[in-house]
Amino acid sequence: MEEIIAILNSIHPGVDFAKEQHLIDDGLLSSMEIMMLAARLEKEFDIKIRLPEIRPENFQSAAAVSAMVDRLMDD
Amino acid sequence: MDSILNLFETAAARFPDNTAVSGEGGEYSYIELADTAKMIGTAICRHGCFRSAAAIFLPKSFACIASMLGVLYAGNYYTVLDTESPSSRVRSILEVLDPAVVITSEEYREVLPETAAEILLTDTMQEGTADEALLASVRSRMTDADLMYALFTSGSTGKPKGALLTHRAVSSYINWVQQTFAFDAETVFGSQTPLYFSMSVTDLFGALTAGGTYVILDKKAFSFPLMLLEQLNKYRVNTLYWVPSALGILCGWDALSYAKPEYVTRIFFAGESMPVKYLNYWRKHLPDTEYYNLFGPTETTDICLWYKVDRAFSEEEAIPAGIPCANCDSFVLTEDGRRAETGECGELYVRGSFLASGYLKEPEKTAASFVQNPLQKDYPETVYRTGDLMKVGEDGNFHYLGRKDSQIKHMGYRIEPSEIERAAMSIDGINMCAVIYDNIRDTIILIYQGDAGEKEADTGIRTLVPEYMVPGRYEKLPVLPLNANGKTDRKALKKMFID
Repeated sequence: MEEIIAILNSIHPGVDFAKEQHLIDDGLLSSMEIMMLAARLEKEFDIKIRLPEIRPENFQSAAAVSAMVDRLMDD
Repeated sequence: MDSILNLFETAAARFPDNTAVSGEGGEYSYIELADTAKMIGTAICRHGCFRSAAAIFLPKSFACIASMLGVLYAGNYYTVLDTESPSSRVRSILEVLDPAVVITSEEYREVLPETAAEILLTDTMQEGTADEALLASVRSRMTDADLMYALFTSGSTGKPKGALLTHRAVSSYINWVQQTFAFDAETVFGSQTPLYFSMSVTDLFGALTAGGTYVILDKKAFSFPLMLLEQLNKYRVNTLYWVPSALGILCGWDALSYAKPEYVTRIFFAGESMPVKYLNYWRKHLPDTEYYNLFGPTETTDICLWYKVDRAFSEEEAIPAGIPCANCDSFVLTEDGRRAETGECGELYVRGSFLASGYLKEPEKTAASFVQNPLQKDYPETVYRTGDLMKVGEDGNFHYLGRKDSQIKHMGYRIEPSEIERAAMSIDGINMCAVIYDNIRDTIILIYQGDAGEKEADTGIRTLVPEYMVPGRYEKLPVLPLNANGKTDRKALKKMFID
């Protein structure tokens, strides 16, 4: 989780990622940042994020991102 | 008088109950759009402004479109402002435009930079009534030479530059659009480009003058390709007019292998060069769809050249810019002012009724770009110098070679960044790229996204371009930045890698 918050901070500084629950609805992550984030997660966690995972629910909060990464690491 | 309003009213009278505007924000018929626009027009008229500027500070929405038409009903011209751009940019556009009124809503008023102009709220205007007699008397005083809108692009000095388009230019342009593409009451555009970008003129008014539907796609959906495809199918979108980068998002994720836009029969693209890699990807998945490359600057309303994709292209090829539109002649002149021979490179000039009238409060910039036709001196005839480099091929098609001002001079050679980009895009493992030039270090920089390593990129490029065009530096990004219009953001790249 901390690692994911650190990645989020490096992509988009100035947001309290531990707290925010509506990153997508509130427009805090742009389409470009989501693609950057997905690429970073794939590299750091050695996972493959397939298109069906790229949906708003998986990116609304650091916890949601973390849950997705955990799930993909188990696969 | 010929205007978009007349064309819109004719469509609204024929198809009153058709959906004019649709999307996640709701569905609105032609009657609703016409009525709302007239209410807004009446409210603007009552402020006593005529042939004045009106700024619209609203996101892409039914209210924004109704306000654009409302401004026209009141005999004024509009500028749509980007509610998401930094307030300094909005402020500098407002400074140049100096509008009589700013149209916004309760919600957006809070983020609107301070302005001396009268503020009108769509929330209250939409609850008023339309004064048909007042609007008719305004219409009787309008001419087709009156301005319809001012569209701001970023000038080279950073000061926004407002291209001025008249009713005549836009209705002439839309007449060509309808004669050529015959959009009709069945046409459903899934719109990607913002309303402050010239491409939106084609899909918005292409739909609204034909009884068709303009679907506002959720901007968020462009981050989530499956959501985007879902929206295209939900609204039965059959026509796209997108920038190539937006079409490329779906290639990058290989989204069309997961779901297909089931109703799309025509795809138009413009705004930047279309990588053949993207085109081939779309053609592979949607082989029965028609594809069109449109080309033109804001100063020719939207388009001056067009090409229907009529054959297969290999990745090293460029898609032609095509042939001139009706009422909009295009020609290529050499630096010494003569007509370029077939295959010879020169600058693209455009003449005809699509031309902008010039730039707002910029007589010098206007005089530099809107000039007497160099090919004849006998009578006044203004032509527009596009700053685009082109050649006309043996096949009669125009071919885009790059921007005059982005041409690189490297080791004594003149190089078009787009040529290197095209070569790079044909390499496996490069999904998107841009070439910028570091003048201080005399270095060509290729920035790309994809799986290819620096070495593979370099080896690949060396087989495709001469030595002097091989980049001196490679930079890989997880994803290339896009600007507000959805195009590759070269300015941002220069900031990242040169400044």
